[in-house]
Amino acid sequence: MTVNMSKGQAISLQKADGGTLTAVRMGLGWQAAPRRGLFGSRTREIDLDASAVLFADKQPTDVVFFRHLVSDDGSVRHTGDNLVGGAGQGGDDEAILVDLQRVPVHIDQIVFTVNSFTGQTFAEVQNAFCRLVDETNGQELARYTLTGGGQYTAQIMATVQRAGASWQMKAVGEPANGRTFQDLMPHILPHL
Amino acid sequence: MTAELVRGQNHPLPQTRLEIRISAGNPIVAGATLGDERGTVHGAEWVAHPASPQLAGIEVPKQAAADHRLAVDLDAMPEHIHRVTVLLALPTGVGGPTRFGAMAAPSVAVTGLDGTEIAGYTITDLDSESAVAALELYRRQGAWKVRAIGQGYAGGLAAMLHDQGLEQGTDLAARINEAVARGVARSVAQPPPRPEGDGRVRTAAAGGGTDPAPAQPQQPQGAPQQPQTPPQQPQGTPAAGGPIDYQHPGRRTAAPPTPPPTAPPAAPGQPAQPVAGDASGWSMDERLYNQVWGMFEDLARTTAAYRSAVDFAESRMEQELDRVLSDPRTRVGPAADSARAEARAKQTDLVEQARIALDRDLAQLIAEAEVVESALPYAYARWDSPVWQAYQVPMEVPMALRLGDLHLPERADLRIPMLVRLPLERGLWIDAGRSGSFDGPADSGELRRLAADAAVAIAARMLAVYPAGEFAVRVIDPAGSAAGSFAPLVGSGVLAEPPAAGAQGVSAVLAALTQRVDLVQMAIRSGATDALPPDMDTAEQLLIVHDFPHGFDDRAVTQLRYLADEGPSVGVHLMMVADREDARAYGPVLDPLWRSLLRLTPVADDHLADPWVGHAWTYEPPTVPPGSRVLDQVVGEVGRAAQALRAARARQSYGS
Repeated sequence: MTVNMSKGQAISLQKADGGTLTAVRMGLGWQAAPRRGLFGSRTREIDLDASAVLFADKQPTDVVFFRHLVSDDGSVRHTGDNLVGGAGQGGDDEAILVDLQRVPVHIDQIVFTVNSFTGQTFAEVQNAFCRLVDETNGQELARYTLTGGGQYTAQIMATVQRAGASWQMKAVGEPANGRTFQDLMPHILPHL
Repeated sequence: MTAELVRGQNHPLPQTRLEIRISAGNPIVAGATLGDERGTVHGAEWVAHPASPQLAGIEVPKQAAADHRLAVDLDAMPEHIHRVTVLLALPTGVGGPTRFGAMAAPSVAVTGLDGTEIAGYTITDLDSESAVAALELYRRQGAWKVRAIGQGYAGGLAAMLHDQGLEQGTDLAARINEAVARGVARSVAQPPPRPEGDGRVRTAAAGGGTDPAPAQPQQPQGAPQQPQTPPQQPQGTPAAGGPIDYQHPGRRTAAPPTPPPTAPPAAPGQPAQPVAGDASGWSMDERLYNQVWGMFEDLARTTAAYRSAVDFAESRMEQELDRVLSDPRTRVGPAADSARAEARAKQTDLVEQARIALDRDLAQLIAEAEVVESALPYAYARWDSPVWQAYQVPMEVPMALRLGDLHLPERADLRIPMLVRLPLERGLWIDAGRSGSFDGPADSGELRRLAADAAVAIAARMLAVYPAGEFAVRVIDPAGSAAGSFAPLVGSGVLAEPPAAGAQGVSAVLAALTQRVDLVQMAIRSGATDALPPDMDTAEQLLIVHDFPHGFDDRAVTQLRYLADEGPSVGVHLMMVADREDARAYGPVLDPLWRSLLRLTPVADDHLADPWVGHAWTYEPPTVPPGSRVLDQVVGEVGRAAQALRAARARQSYGS
């Protein structure tokens, strides 16, 4: 049973039976918007990059992105860079696995972002989504679909943060500009 | 190691027990013909095919399939067989493509029994052919090699068999096709894998085999009558004539088909019980190797998590204390005291939580290390492991060798085996100097003796894990100053020559090895490895240089650098036992040499970094427990095997 989230909404990551989640996957997918006019059938490749920034008390301590695929502590793993995006099959184009049990104790937030490495704006992207999946059984827990692409090149998609002994996910959906996550840092901080 | 062959190219075979793996997009027939010196096949009984799948030393599948594995034991091949041609054909009369051009290019790989690929060949540009001679294994100067052929026949099996000198080729091709058609009709799906301990072993029957394969092909007419003594065999192989035991003698568990052991289901809320070999891989050897590397990475990462949490706790506390100090209103008084106490409590609390998480992970890793350590084969085991007491010279080179132990200060008793892949990709440098931060012996002479001992302990391990005759050690000890340490190697006869002494000895050894590297490189570049001089020792070479640069002139130093750079790719490895300070007169020109070597220390020292996080790991050399004779026993065994091999080779060359 998946929750379709809206911007700013937060959900608790408790299992239906009250147990806590142990491992989740943040999947991101996107598709190039069809071009109007001549050569409309020519597909374009859009290279979006998913990144996860680990924060300890509002200080970034580690980043997982296409040049650093595993956090030093091994708890967050990027499955690999996808340079072209899916043709809208609805599957994940890039995925970041988080082993919640192994996240170091001082990390209290993980922020997931998407950047357009090739510089296209989200106006040229459609069906972009991020979804959180329980990695242990493949069940989708929450999905946040981006609406209204615009003239920006990055998105702060969602955060997963500690809430007591458990975790919660918050849909952020905040547009920004930048080629990699470094450019986004000033935009991320207000959402922590 | 894998060589991707092109048509006509050949490649040496490092071992005699092989598998030939064939894969094609559609079901095909696989077989083999055995030929004499001239490549002639003297009758249907010289062909292994689906109707007669077993001959001495080779077994082929009974059915057509898209993937095949042919078992080959070249030691069990009768002596008059000089050529084994692997052939592929499309089955007739069962539907499916009738020419190779209509399907994906078939590929053939020669692998060891553990699945490590030795040479591969993809047969491209086939068109109307329906049969193809894929590759051949052939004898050359007493050793076996593989050559890619890729000769196709539009006339199918019959034409191919005729071409190999078989007069009744048409009849035989018909028999083969009939057997395959029957097999196709019979086969529904692949049989499920046999349960372990089933007792049945695949045998390539030799001598007195069952009909319809007279297993002992008759002596070709006109061929000189040779004595039917089996070729010299390494220890532990059954003689040609008995069934072939596909168990690896040095391995506890059977090779590929065994499913990896998995952890039994854990009790709820409890971590799973660790099991040795619980990792992916084709063989137990590979699974244990992967498991050890998995433990290495887990320990590196869990420690990184702990250290990063502790660092964060410290820096947060300092910031909070600074804040208290910088505000004049709160600098003194009870409010300041409580703020300070709170900051400290937060720090203690976080560190404690981090320690709990670390201890949880460490407990799991320690439990795993315990079961893994006791299951390690000797190439991965410490000298004090009981597996060394049952040491026998191996039949094949293991995947890796343990060069020592690694640990982190958080838990010094959790030791990770430091496994490096074989053959070595870079040379070793046992540092006899005092550059590290360790609290070693104050006496530099003592340190030098320990370095020489560590070098001998590592060299002995290398000698022990290579099959007889495939690894040779040479020692340069210009002043003879480490004669005591090298005594076990000298006394056991594992060295072909005594340690080279004096400037003359240094230049003679370096010149010989330089020439060898040059020759082999030339031969590989020009694709003429056959043309190497027959008296050249094909074994991998390890050169131990003690007391560098004593006895070295400029020319010798240049040769040494050449060996360090060019040697590893052609099987010449370098082990320096040296104090860098001794060579400081050379200035920075030797820096690249030191950098190219893997530095090890004769005493525990934290100088090795892991590839993931870059922690400083403490390395401990593989020292022999005091009073133990294990090293002498092992090198003694290696020396006896080497002598037996030399004697057998001498007999062979005398006989021919």
